[in-house]
Order: sequence, then structure tokens, then C-alpha cells
Amino acid sequence: MSAETIQSRREWLLSDRPASRLQARLGRAYVSWRRFSANRLALVGMLIIIALLVVAAFADVLAPYSPTVGDLKNARLLAPSAAHWFGTDDLGRDIYSRIVYGARWTLYVVILVAIIAAPIGLLVGTVAGYAGGWTDTILMRVTDIFLAFPKLVLALAFVAALGPGIENAVLAIAITSWPPYARIARAETLTVRNSDYIKAVQLMGASPFRIVLRHIMPLCISSLIIRVTLDMAGIILTAAGLGFLGLGAQPPLPEWGAMIASGRRFILDQWWVAAAPGAAILIVSLGFNLLGDGLRDALDPRSGDQ
Amino acid sequence: MSGDTLLEVDDLRVTFPTRTGLVQAVRGVSFSLGRERLGIVGESGSGKSQTGRAIMGLTPPQAEVSAKKLAFGGIDLLSISPRQRRSLRGNRIAMILQDPKYSLDPVMTIGRQIIETLRTHEKVSKAEARERALAMLQAVQIRDPARVFDLYPHEVSGGMGQRAMIAMMLVTGPELMIADEPTSALDVTVQLDVLKILDKLVAERGMGLIFISHDLRLVSSFCDRVVVMYAGKVVEQIKASELRDAQHPYTRGLLNCMPRIGFERHPLPVLDRKPEWAA
Amino acid sequence: MSVAENQAAAGRGSARAVAILSSLGRFLVVAVTTYLGLLAVTFFIGRVIPIDPVLAVLGDRAPTAVVERTRREMGLDLPWIEQFYLYVKAALRGDFGTSVLTTNPVMADIRRVFPATIELATLGTIIGAVIGVPLGVLAAVKRGSLIDQIARVVGLIGYSVPIFWLGLLGLVLFYAKLQWIAFPARLDVVYEYTFTPITGFYLLDAAIQGQWDVFHDAWRHIVLPAALLGYLSLAYISRMTRSFMLNELAQEYIVAARAKGLSETRVIWGHALRNAAVPMVTVIALSYANLLEGSVLTETVFSWPGIGLYITNSLQNADMNAVLGGTIAIGSVFIAINLLSDLLYRLLDPRTKAG
Repeated sequence: MSAETIQSRREWLLSDRPASRLQARLGRAYVSWRRFSANRLALVGMLIIIALLVVAAFADVLAPYSPTVGDLKNARLLAPSAAHWFGTDDLGRDIYSRIVYGARWTLYVVILVAIIAAPIGLLVGTVAGYAGGWTDTILMRVTDIFLAFPKLVLALAFVAALGPGIENAVLAIAITSWPPYARIARAETLTVRNSDYIKAVQLMGASPFRIVLRHIMPLCISSLIIRVTLDMAGIILTAAGLGFLGLGAQPPLPEWGAMIASGRRFILDQWWVAAAPGAAILIVSLGFNLLGDGLRDALDPRSGDQ
Repeated sequence: MSGDTLLEVDDLRVTFPTRTGLVQAVRGVSFSLGRERLGIVGESGSGKSQTGRAIMGLTPPQAEVSAKKLAFGGIDLLSISPRQRRSLRGNRIAMILQDPKYSLDPVMTIGRQIIETLRTHEKVSKAEARERALAMLQAVQIRDPARVFDLYPHEVSGGMGQRAMIAMMLVTGPELMIADEPTSALDVTVQLDVLKILDKLVAERGMGLIFISHDLRLVSSFCDRVVVMYAGKVVEQIKASELRDAQHPYTRGLLNCMPRIGFERHPLPVLDRKPEWAA
Repeated sequence: MSVAENQAAAGRGSARAVAILSSLGRFLVVAVTTYLGLLAVTFFIGRVIPIDPVLAVLGDRAPTAVVERTRREMGLDLPWIEQFYLYVKAALRGDFGTSVLTTNPVMADIRRVFPATIELATLGTIIGAVIGVPLGVLAAVKRGSLIDQIARVVGLIGYSVPIFWLGLLGLVLFYAKLQWIAFPARLDVVYEYTFTPITGFYLLDAAIQGQWDVFHDAWRHIVLPAALLGYLSLAYISRMTRSFMLNELAQEYIVAARAKGLSETRVIWGHALRNAAVPMVTVIALSYANLLEGSVLTETVFSWPGIGLYITNSLQNADMNAVLGGTIAIGSVFIAINLLSDLLYRLLDPRTKAG
């Protein structure tokens, strides 16, 4: 019985004559999902990101010790053991607990950067693409100029001026990472700008503001999401790099990059202090890269597997 | 038919694995060829191009080729080594592709591409290779061979590009030429010129020619014999001169689709396709 | 017909010259605006963001008279557009002010440290290209095979790994445990005083002077950081090579090349890669530019006295002139490489057309 329901549900989803907009949308989503889930590595990536979300949400439950207060007297620089899975650092703090809490800061950084940079890029790109002419030329020239800058070094200089701290690091990364989004949004805008349905909306008297906001921006979202996902790993690595240089999160925040920096002093004898947070960064970046690759292949069949 | 048998094809099959199972692009094609001009006609997807590629040995690696017999000049093509097969390609069997815009290497000059064919198969000095390449360009009626020799493919027109392609493939003096839609990508005005050149060279050199096309009229005016393919099978083999008496309904359908001057055709005839022809 | 074709072909030759000239013109416009953009951003960072740029330069314990004098010297009483004009003029002369930390002009410091960075990034790019290009080609040719999978995983990890962390682990393994390489520095202390560099590229200098013991020592210092940077560039180069090669291998001219009876080796390396080589030049140049930037973190880990270490040291000491000067230096080279690779692309590709 249930097999039959599943069969008919699938047929409903895969129907080439959808009866409603909802059915068409669900059907498209289903096809994309099938293509995505056929890619095993992409699933692994998704699992890693889900794990990151779970760890960040339940850090209080998952972490056996405090991330900031350690046992200075008895637990300094202990090697990994049953009590301290990844060992302890120079202040006697449990490294496993710090990594678990660090997941929150990693998410904090990537989400904030995405929330700041993607809308800037979307706005610049759609306005440039829709307005055309001089507006387009100037906005794109500015975008290209930013695109030609070395991102990490520029972020470094920004933080140096703004002062160290995780918020300023986020700001600096966001300022240097919007240009590719503008590029994508502009390209998408150009493909639809002269289409008939935009003409129709224009005839109905919609203001350019409304057209860009309601009719063009939504179309740019999916390619933007793919690009942002692919950039997540880069954002994490840049944030960790800033943390490593002492410009990002400040002690005692359990930020992974900063944890590597503090482990650096003991690297030759107590290598685990720096090893575990670095592995965490590697795994999470890998997760985002795998997920982004999978999303691109599933949502944008044109790009093949390049 | 004239002369000895050059190519024998018996029950040729080409199978592609796809996500939904095996797909047979060519399903038991048989014909033989002497030093004559044979046309293979069919719609896109009828397997005519894959037949040509299977004879060349250019079937994609994931696909499988099988035949009761696939022999060229007495050599069993399916049992010789890939190396031996390669030494035939471009040497004794050559192939012209559809669009010179894509089938010539864009970053290599035309002259070098011709010389490359020659030097792959014959031990000739650089100077001699150049001489022969220039002579070949002359033979395909390019007026200023020395200049065209140093041009890149994008610097010449489609017609000249296709003549360069013919020069590149004929420079070694092959016995069999497979021309896969050699004029479909060209302007109508130069199609005929290119065909004439090809026809002349084939006749002069006594080569066998397999002319693959979707254009029945072109094939019938240009070839001695016509093989009509449908869904991977040969539905009819007939002399070009007897095409008007074709028996198979599919061939008749193709013939009926050809417009004729002086006849009003309304409504336009639609090709009839019956599943049993493919069975 | 043939005459017309011949004439058309002749016209195309001069069209190419025009195309090259026009792309040169555009190149200059882009170069100038991009460089001005870079200066505008550093100007913004140095003069606008700090609440008081004078305090940023002098520190907050300077006497009031000195502060006032410096304010006038820095031109902070002028309208900002005039300030920017003076700033650009100074930057064009190579005047980025004086470093508080080293008390040298920033430009002199940069001249001193830059060769170390160039040496490191160059070696890294060579490693990355020499391994990355063949790996990418093989992955594309044997698509889906084991080597393709390996190339993919190697590439993905390269995209995901924090380089400074990998460097630290490398030090633990190769320096502390295996003792294959020398401690983090550019040369052993012994040679610091006996060795006189000529070009500033130690490997080259040692080879020129025939001091093979120095060469060996320099090699032992540079090999790990260069290999790490090489890995980053390998990840990028192999991935791009694979994608370009897949694109080329699907083209019709590949079928034609096989129809000519060419060997697979010749088809792949002589035709497909030759075509892919044009965009590859851009990729390798971009990867070089990225390594210059990536050297900031690597140099910090390996105490490599290049521009990256200079910037981070200055950061730690709030030496803004040095930080911004270093940023401009890296930025300028970065921009130059970007633009030159674009120009090179146009020159190398015979298909270049106007527009």
C-alpha cells in the first residue's frame, strides 16, 4: 500500500503537466534534490554542515567543561585522554569544549558576512544591470577595482584601522567579499532585463524600484546562494587567519583561528593544542566546499562538473 | 559498382550505456563499398554519424562496437590493435567533419595542421612536407596557398576552412573518405563549390567515399548509391538513379518532403514514422 | 569568391593589430583607475577610519605641540580631496611615510623585504604549476578514474585547509621530529653574516656565487613554506586545468585530430592542452598573485622575513604607515599581475578580436 502511495506521489512530483504552481515548484525541487542526493560527496558536505549547526545549537549540552575557565592548577597542557578528548591548553581549558563552543563563532562569522555582503552585491549588481548606461559603467568599474584587490591583505588593513575584534573582522571580510555577488547579480539581471514579462510589468506602471526589488532580485537568489555557499569556506579561512594573527576574536573567546595562535607557542611539544582547532576548520570548510559543489551541480546543470 | 571491395560492413552495432540502460545507436547495419560514392541518409539520431565514426574507430570509449564483419581492404578492423587502427586513420581512411569553425584546431595555423597529418604517417622532411601541403592547398583550389598556409582557422571563411579541412585529410592520399555532413554548416553559395572540389578529388584519385547527410536530394545527385537509415537500421539500399522507384515508405516519405519548383505544396507533407520500421 | 575571401582575410590581419592597440588602451585605463581605487581605499583606511589619524601615527602620549605640528605636516587641515591629491602624489613617488617601528622610510623597508616574498611565491607557483597542470590533465583525460578522484580530494582539501595550521603541523613533523628541514628563518645565523646577497633571491645568489653550502641551507629553509604555498596553488591550478581540459576534449577539433591518426599523447598534450594553455596562463598568474597574498600567513608561521611578516609585525606594533605601505605594495603587484595576465591572454590567443 505505502509503496503505491510513494509511487503515485513521485509521479505527481515528476509530472510534466503540473496542475498548479505549487506542484511545478515542488516537482522542480524534487528533481534538484534527486540530482543533489545522487552526489555522495555533496551529502557528506551537507551532513558536516548539519553537524556544525547541531553542535552550535547544543554546545551547552555537548561540552563537558567551560570553554573559558580552566583548571590552571591541575590541568595545564594535558595530552588527549578519556577525560579531555583533545587535551587541554595552557590555561587548563578543555580543548574539546572550546571547539564545541567555537562552532558558534564560526557560524556567527559566516552568517554575518553573508548577511552583509550578499545584499550589497545583490543591490549593486541588479541596479547596475537594470539601469545600464553610466550607472552600470561606474558601479561595475568600482566592483572590478575591488575584485582586483588582494582580499586578505585589505581585510588585514581594515581591521588594523578599526581595531581587532570579531565584529570588525566580520565587517572587513564583508567589505572585501561583495564584488563577486555584484557580478553574478548583474549577469542574471541582464538576461531578464529585456524579457517580455519585465516589459509587461513596466507597462503596468511599476516603478524601477519595485521591478528590481520584486521581479529581478528574486531571480538572482539561487545563483547567489550557490556562490555564497562556495565562498563560505574562504570566509571561514580568512576569519581564522585574522584570528591567528590576533586581529579577529580576542581571548578568551574560543574562536578556532585564535586557538591555533595560542597553541603555536607550544607547537613543538604540545602539538594537540593547535592540531584540533585546525582540524575543525578544515572539516567545516571542506563541508561547505562539498555542499557548494553539490548545490551548483544540482541547481545549475549547465556548469556540468567543472 | 566498380572495382574491388574496399569496405565490408556486416551487422554493425554500436551500443551506448546510459543511466536508463543500454541504447543501441546503430543496430545491425550492413553494406559494402567499392571505389564508389555511397550516400548514407537519415534524420538526426538515425545512427548515420555513429556508423561513420565506428568505421573510423572514433566511437567514444564508453560505447561498444560489434559486427559480424568490419573489414577495410581485407583488414579486420575489430581485431587489429589500437595502434594499427590508428595508423590507418588519416592515412588510408580519412574523415571530414561538419563545421570547419569547430573541427580545425583554433590555435594552430592551417599549414601546420596539414603537415601534422602528413608527418604522422610518412617520414618526410620539413621542406618536403611544406611543399606537399602547399600543393594540396592548391588542389582544393585555394588561390594563394602560401598565405593561407600561415593563417589561423578563424582568419578564413567557412568555405575556405572546409577546403583546408579536405586538404588536411587528403594530403596522405587515403583510399576511403568518410564525409560527415561536409557542407551543412556552409553558406548555400559555397556548398556547391566545396562539393565539386570533393567530387573531383575523389574521382581523380579513385577513392571510395561515404557521404553522410540528411539531405536526400544532395546525396542522390552526388552519389552512386544511397543507404537510407532509420532508427539505427538500414531501411533501404538503392542506386541513386533508381531512387524514384524506391519501395520503402520511409524513403518515399523523404522524397515527398523535397520541394519542387513549380509545384504548390499545401499542406506540407509530414514524415511518417512507424515503429515497425525500426523493429 | 576566392578573391573576396582573400581580401577579407588580409583585412583581418590589420584588425588584429587594432584589437591589440585598443586592448592596450583599455588596459591603461583599467590600470590607472584600479590603482587609484587602491590608493583611495588605503587613504580611507589611514585617514578616515581612525578617530584621530595623528594619534594613530604618534600614539596617545605625544605632547600637544608635536600633535599640532604633525597635524599640519600631514595636511589634515586641508579639504579631504586636496589631502587625497597629496596622498596620491606622495604614493606615486613611493613615499609612504616613515615606519615607527624600524624608523626607516616604509619604501626602503619594503624594498628590503620584498625579494624574500617574491622568491617564496615564485618557487611555490613553480611547484604548483609543475604538478598541478599534469594532474589536472590526467584527471580530465581519465575522468572518473582513481586519479581523478585523488586530484579532486587533493584539490578540495587545498581549498579548505588553513595554511598556517598546515605549516605548524609541517614544522612539528619535518623540523622537530624528522629534522629534514631547518628552523623557521631564511638562513642559518652563521650565513647571515658571511653571505652577501646580490639580487635578494638567496637561492639564485648562492648559485651565482657558487656557494653551494649556502644554497643547500637556503633550500632547507625555503622548501617547506614553498611546498605549502605550492600545494595551495596546485589545488587551484589542477582544478582549473581539469575543467579547461574537459571543455577542450569535448570539442570537434579533437575528433578531427584523432581522425588524422594522431596518437592520444599528441591529441591531448599537443592539441587539447595547447588550447587550454591560453586561459591557463591567466590561472597561473592569478594563482601567483594569490600566493603573494597568502604569504602573509605563511611568512608569519615560518618567520620568513618578507612583506607578509613585515605587515604582521607592523600590525602588532600599531605601525599604520608600514601596514598601509605594505598593503599598497602587495596590492600594486597583485593588480599588475592581474592586468598583465589579462593582456597576455589577449596577445596569446590568435582569436583575439576587437571589443
